[in-house]
Amino acid sequence: MIKFCMRIFSLFALSASVFMLLVSSSFASGHGGTTKVGFVYLTTPGDHGWTYAHELGKQMVEKRFGKDVKISVVENVPEGPDATRVIRELAKQGNEIIFTTSFGYMEPTLKVAKEFPNIKFEHITGYKRSKNLATGNIRFYEGRYIQGVVAGLMTKTNKIGYIGAYPIAEVIMGINAFAQGLRSVNKDATISVIWANTWYDPVKEADAAKVHIAEGADILAQHTDSPAMLQIAEKKGALGFGQSTDMSAFAPKAQLFASVNNWGPYYIKKIEQLRNKKWSTGDGPDHWAGNVWGGLDADMLTISKFQNMPGDVAKKAQKAVNDVKTGKVNIFAGPLVDNTGKEIIPAGKTLDDGALWGMNYYLKGVNGKIPG
Amino acid sequence: MDALILTIIATSIPLLLAAIGELISEKSGVLNLGVEGMMLSGAVGALGAVLWLGNPYFGILAGGLSGIFMASIFSIFTINFMTNQVATGLGLTIFATGLTGLAGAPLVGKTIPSLPKIEIFLLSDIPMIGNILFKQDLIAYLSIAIIIFATYFLKYTKPGIVLRAVGDDHHSAHSIGYSVKKIRWFATCFGGMCAGIGGAYIPLVLTPHWSEGMTAGRGWIALALVVFASWIPWRIIVGALIFGGITIAQLVGQARGWPIPSQILSMMPYLATIIALTMISGRMSKNKSIVPASLGKPFVDSQ
Repeated sequence: MIKFCMRIFSLFALSASVFMLLVSSSFASGHGGTTKVGFVYLTTPGDHGWTYAHELGKQMVEKRFGKDVKISVVENVPEGPDATRVIRELAKQGNEIIFTTSFGYMEPTLKVAKEFPNIKFEHITGYKRSKNLATGNIRFYEGRYIQGVVAGLMTKTNKIGYIGAYPIAEVIMGINAFAQGLRSVNKDATISVIWANTWYDPVKEADAAKVHIAEGADILAQHTDSPAMLQIAEKKGALGFGQSTDMSAFAPKAQLFASVNNWGPYYIKKIEQLRNKKWSTGDGPDHWAGNVWGGLDADMLTISKFQNMPGDVAKKAQKAVNDVKTGKVNIFAGPLVDNTGKEIIPAGKTLDDGALWGMNYYLKGVNGKIPG
Repeated sequence: MDALILTIIATSIPLLLAAIGELISEKSGVLNLGVEGMMLSGAVGALGAVLWLGNPYFGILAGGLSGIFMASIFSIFTINFMTNQVATGLGLTIFATGLTGLAGAPLVGKTIPSLPKIEIFLLSDIPMIGNILFKQDLIAYLSIAIIIFATYFLKYTKPGIVLRAVGDDHHSAHSIGYSVKKIRWFATCFGGMCAGIGGAYIPLVLTPHWSEGMTAGRGWIALALVVFASWIPWRIIVGALIFGGITIAQLVGQARGWPIPSQILSMMPYLATIIALTMISGRMSKNKSIVPASLGKPFVDSQ
């Protein structure tokens, strides 16, 4: 009886692992001089958000290098000890460069990088580095500044509903950048934040969106991963912004634009460096975010088409994009005051990157307090 | 206010359906921990059917059938091959998570029309109540009908009493000539159907798209609700509404800036479940009869 149970169970396990192999490994046919590249994904491209954006980056690599690269992908890798095993396995299989695409892979990547000094590792969004471990990140907050500008011009109720995942620096930075954009065009509008305490739960994200709308918000923004919020906006006649990828297919009448994570150019650059034997961890400033922290000007963050807004709003939004790109606008330039009236920096100063990663306050324009 | 109450109801319905299905299944002595998996397959089945056939009502049908399909797999193993129900149920959820991911891959990025609201003649014009209770979609009405049916079925009909007998003492039920296996097959498939329709509610009404693992743990909450309701159907309505109510209240609290940390608010629904479970298990030691006595035990008819 127990034996039978175990047999059934191993059958399940076996089918699950065969299944994983089928789904997760995409092999380009190998030739001489090919570079073996490994990717570790947190979920599957089916999330249509974070991991999907990495998948698009991987596809750009395939397109650019063709048969010169041989890519292995492992999907659905939980952050923690399992990640160490997966990364080590990719290293053993002879991948020459391995991209680990979630914050929680930081320690596992560091550990495996020490074991394989000849293999290059690239950790996305982390801050720990070593000789053969580089880090890359995107200035997501720049897109949120543009969202703030558009929201400020489009809102009628002057109430913006924002759905955050967790109150960590990256998300708070985004909210504050949004507030800066918002107040650059509309001093009366305010943002209220609902923390979902999850990156991904479509039903909860939808509920949060419904509550925001019931409380009077007419523009919604999110820092969670599913398109649920936009779908609610579409249904209830509100407007909002897409996250990580263009989500206009889900909300053709509600999406104003999406901030799109564009990892392709970064991947291509790093693989190119490796192939030319010029790979390095980069010489960017050693700030929290990593060696490479690119935004709109580096083309690592792109803005999808402006939709569902009058032409003059789109024009102003485009101008804001250009100003951020050229550096004419510094999003966190003083005077900065937090939402309790305390001065953060006086006029003439700007927050440096380190200060962004230490944000634990809301700027003026955001309601409430950061929990915890 | 209307809008918030409607949101609470909407967020409760998948839980309510999955829980009543599991209740019937547990009453017959089958503990199926695969609710989460059956809900996922219902969701992907419903979305696929609507994309293919165009009409959202086919989604309800397809959701139910997908749930029954998953429940049949579970039944074959646990009822016919007498495997351990807990292990098989967990296996079913793991299997369904993978299978729906594969089946759902071509559906990613597509969106479907939502299930229409049905206004009930005259009743829907009653102020407040009409808007909340009588302008719902078919699944919402269906879920209430299933609760009423389940109450009546278990209490007043012969098949219902036989089903309970099978769950309480399968050997006695067998010895007086009832087919334990058939009855458990029926109950498990009914549970699968309800869980499937509950899962289907998510893409059909709440967020009309497919993304992997989109039920995000609601199947587990449904399992807890059955215990919370102490295997009495109408209490599932109360439990589901309390859970939905707390979920929405914590979101409203944040939007309005109530001075309570959001983490504590997020924890509330789970805390309420744990407190309810503790209270019930305290009562259970006094009155053991509320738990089906053969729950989770495989039936071996050669004995």
